[in-house]
Amino acid sequence: MKDKKQRLAVYLLLAIILWARPSATLAGSLEEQTLRLAAELRCPVCQNLSVADSPSEMATQMREVIHEKLKNGESPDQIRNYFVSRYGEWILLSPTRRGFNWLAWLLPFVALLGGGGIIVLTVRHSIRRGRKSNAEQLRPPDPRYTSRLDAELKEWER
Amino acid sequence: MATWKKLILLLSIIPLLLLLAYGFKTNPREVPSPLVGRQAPPFAFSMFDGTSHSLEQLRGKPVVLNFWASWCFPACYEEAPHLEAAWQTYRDRGVVFIGVDIQDRDTDGKAFVERFKLSFPNGPDPQGKVSIDYGVYGVPETFFIGRDGTIHYKHVGALDESVLKKKIEEML
Repeated sequence: MKDKKQRLAVYLLLAIILWARPSATLAGSLEEQTLRLAAELRCPVCQNLSVADSPSEMATQMREVIHEKLKNGESPDQIRNYFVSRYGEWILLSPTRRGFNWLAWLLPFVALLGGGGIIVLTVRHSIRRGRKSNAEQLRPPDPRYTSRLDAELKEWER
Repeated sequence: MATWKKLILLLSIIPLLLLLAYGFKTNPREVPSPLVGRQAPPFAFSMFDGTSHSLEQLRGKPVVLNFWASWCFPACYEEAPHLEAAWQTYRDRGVVFIGVDIQDRDTDGKAFVERFKLSFPNGPDPQGKVSIDYGVYGVPETFFIGRDGTIHYKHVGALDESVLKKKIEEML
């Protein structure tokens, strides 16, 4: 049981490390690496399109620059840093995980947890209310209504 | 609803409203250039007239580097006469003007230069290397490079006489 827990913790830690740190080297052909890097960059002349997805001339030129830099032996990190040094962090479709940017990464999880908490609390509250009203129903019936019900049933049977 | 519940609701809504207000106040098209205050990226390219120019050659002179395109209407058409006029005013004081025609056909670029009688060097950037190196994301954009090669100011959109005069005077 303890082993299982430890293994689970290691897997969890590995998952967090892999999630938090984009790989320094990208596998695949030069074209695949170019497209993967281009997918991380925002097309400067488009609305919400990556450099990989945009058919614009500027995006095409940017893909060519990435391709050439990879061919010259530059690492993906160096190429990312090059674009950030020219366009600013704005060029990255996913903000880097540091400083104020953490807000963008953590806020959805906080909202998800908060929303989940509200749902749990609401469900619990309604269950409690349901139990209370059930308990109220189990109380002995009001004799005024039972005698009237009996009388009306007898009337109807006649 | 209990008072404390109302308070929690209010406290959770206020930061969201502030964030939204901040988002609405900022202009998504206004992206500050990280290059301002830094050394200008070196460039070397051929002009329409066949001459070559590089930033290295121009060290020690203030440079106005203008990115434009013939399809950029009306902004590039509005600023072109102001650029030519400023060039005529400041050329004797050592200011260099260079125009970079981006994402354009050579014939259209040359026709634009001819139309506005631009007498300062203008050349194409066929692979977009110069424009990407300067973090250009639209036209027109203009960089004012000081004598020491540092980018003094970046202007996005059409230039007018007053901006040109102010920024060039600051560099002189």
